[in-house]
Amino acid sequence: MTAVAHDVPHGLEHATATGLDSRKLAIWTFIGSECMFFATLISNYLVNKGRSLVGPYPHEAWTSPSGEHFKPILEIPLVTLGTALLLFSSLFVVLALSGAQRGNRRALVGWLGATIFCGIFFVGMQVYEFTHFVHEGLTLKTNLFGASFFTLTGFHGTHVTIGVIWLLTLWILGLKGKIPPSKSLNLEMAALYWHFVDVVWIVIFPVVYLIK
Amino acid sequence: MATRVLDQHQVPAAAHGEHTGLWSWITTVDHKRIGILYGATAFLFFLMGGIEALLLRIQLGTPDNTFLSAERYNELFTMHGTTMIFLAIMPLSAMFFNFLIPLQIGARDVAFPRLNAFSYWVFLLGGLFLNVSWLFNAAPDQGWFGYANLTSRQYSPGMNVDFWMLGLQILGIASLAAAVNFFVTIVNLRAPGMKLMRMPMFVWMSFITQVLLLMAFPVITVALILLMFDRFFGTHFFVPSGGGDPILWQHLFWIFGHPEVYILILPAFGIISEVLPVFSRKPLFGYAAMVFSGVFIAFLGFGVWSHHMFATGMGPIADTFFALSTMLIAIPTGVKIFNWIGTMWGGSLQFRTPMLFAIGFIAMFIIGGLSGVMHSEPPADLQQTDTYFIVAHFHYVMFGGSIFGLTAGAYYWWPKMFGRMLNERLGKLHFWLMLIGFNVTFFPMHFVGLNGMPRRTYTYPAGLGFETLNRIETIGAFILGFSFFIFLINVIQTWRKPRNAPADPWNGATLEWSIPSPPQEWNFAQIPVVHGRDALWETKREQGRAALPEPPLVSGAGIHLPNPSYWPLVSAVGVASTFITLMLLGHDKAGPLPVIAAVALLFFGVYRWAFEPAG
Repeated sequence: MTAVAHDVPHGLEHATATGLDSRKLAIWTFIGSECMFFATLISNYLVNKGRSLVGPYPHEAWTSPSGEHFKPILEIPLVTLGTALLLFSSLFVVLALSGAQRGNRRALVGWLGATIFCGIFFVGMQVYEFTHFVHEGLTLKTNLFGASFFTLTGFHGTHVTIGVIWLLTLWILGLKGKIPPSKSLNLEMAALYWHFVDVVWIVIFPVVYLIK
Repeated sequence: MATRVLDQHQVPAAAHGEHTGLWSWITTVDHKRIGILYGATAFLFFLMGGIEALLLRIQLGTPDNTFLSAERYNELFTMHGTTMIFLAIMPLSAMFFNFLIPLQIGARDVAFPRLNAFSYWVFLLGGLFLNVSWLFNAAPDQGWFGYANLTSRQYSPGMNVDFWMLGLQILGIASLAAAVNFFVTIVNLRAPGMKLMRMPMFVWMSFITQVLLLMAFPVITVALILLMFDRFFGTHFFVPSGGGDPILWQHLFWIFGHPEVYILILPAFGIISEVLPVFSRKPLFGYAAMVFSGVFIAFLGFGVWSHHMFATGMGPIADTFFALSTMLIAIPTGVKIFNWIGTMWGGSLQFRTPMLFAIGFIAMFIIGGLSGVMHSEPPADLQQTDTYFIVAHFHYVMFGGSIFGLTAGAYYWWPKMFGRMLNERLGKLHFWLMLIGFNVTFFPMHFVGLNGMPRRTYTYPAGLGFETLNRIETIGAFILGFSFFIFLINVIQTWRKPRNAPADPWNGATLEWSIPSPPQEWNFAQIPVVHGRDALWETKREQGRAALPEPPLVSGAGIHLPNPSYWPLVSAVGVASTFITLMLLGHDKAGPLPVIAAVALLFFGVYRWAFEPAG
């Protein structure tokens, strides 16, 4: 061991052992951990969805003992539209990041706005879907399908909401010209998180809506 | 060993940072101070957990005892386990992560100093949240494992379970934030030349521990969320009358719970892997094998959880799988034990206090490991499960392992942390009392357990042959408690003396011994360049000297340090208030508005934090 002058203090420098910015590595690490979070929620859904003692059910009609008739409750076309927009938003955020890196503020603000619009649409769709289910008679308490469905999609929706708030903050900063190319990493971190939230939905959508 | 008494005036206030006083501690982002905060807080919780244990032992010292009611006994054993695991061993390990990882890899701080402060404050508030339950006469009473149905609203209508469920959730946030931080620190902030396979073994074991934390804690987070939904919002995840399955809780809990066991022991593995070579005057034997066996233990740790559940009747295939995977773990663990012995073999052993605790660790951990292999056999386990045999086993690994290792680390690094050498005579007295007290307490539990004494039961009738051994165990517990009283005396005595620790009192092998004791705020005046394993021994060898000259205290002018901040504390208060208001919501004592206000406070803290210049 010999000492050399090397005056870089902590996580803010660029000369890291891997060459990767520490904040970017931290987001990746967090995403790794979040994989286990959603893996557990998805497993819980798979374990519990068939254990409901009463309806309504996701894919089958059900008639209650009192003679009330329930259709299969999932609204697949609407959710497919939400899914498509969420997937497109991953493309939009890449274009926004590319704008930020090139110093093109119009591209940054425009594409980021499109991303946020898709995110808000998705959350709005989920709010509509949840309200609709409650009106149809499916709540957290009704059966285990309801309980595990609301927990899984609800926590995903919470992640999307946090992502929207994060991106909105960056959008305002972008409008003010505070995301120059040298600070595009601030957007890149949010974009990584946003992609992750989309990827999780790519798993949830077939598991919940398409597989019977 | 050359000791050097520093004149008080020789050590400027800057030796511990330019700032002093309460506010400087509240706003600190210095990993060394945060480490000391973790250590002091965790030690207080450790004493609380110890007092809880002594109360349990008084109750069990005589048959048909009425010293504690059954209800109080349930609260005490639940809080003893929860406290020792989440508020003592884990944060004591975190003290070493904080203090040592940056020093051992040659960095000036962790990757995210403010996130580090946030972790500490969340941990502190989580620990207080759990223990405030005593004041409401509603301490958790369902066991640290929280099995359904004991936790259902039907059978536990009070707030006891909620203090536990929400308290663990708070502590989990602290652990996850810290794990991200240390993971990134180890990957990214290593000094030039500090390749992965040159890292000190403590850093390696800490690194593996962070990976375990990152993978295991999300599982318990979800399990606790589901439990919260069951208790507060009327779902039936673990309620059979609604179609739910109580066994699902056990799976989720132990998928977290078994890796948790390695989260508790791997840091101690790391500590004694630092202590043994230094006091054997030999490099660690089989470095690469030590690294890979650690990785292997962690990997297998995710595939053995159901050995905690043989009694649930999983069937022969699951039983066989989990029995075999459990036995497999004995192989990398055995590799480690032989490598520690190999390190000592032929060395010039110096029986200083840290070394005694490290050797004690090996001996006690072998006993705990062997009884662990015994109940990896499902038929044997069915006889042993829920008896004192299990209590004996996990105390041999958790106390005989983790606590012996952490204590070795405390004696070893005390001079580096505080600039003072702990008294050797008192240290050795502490060791012998602890070793004797520990074995007198826990060894007889193997026998009363195999003779059928059930755990988690507040008393036992006379005439079953349990009296004598239980009396002996209680005496042992008090000897064990007294050994820590000796430690406290040692600490207070040492505190009153002037700083007397040189930079390198033990002729150490790692970078932390190359800088003054205690280190200056910026750790390294110049970032070191590393050319091999045991970097400091390497330097001494290159220079042909037995000891290096005392490093001078330097001015920190021009060294860029992170700014102090109180936003981590504000954000931590936001986290804790969120869970407090959730508790009120769950018991219909408040509506959703306070929860929203608490979340808003959290967002406010995080935003101010994000927009504050990091320095």
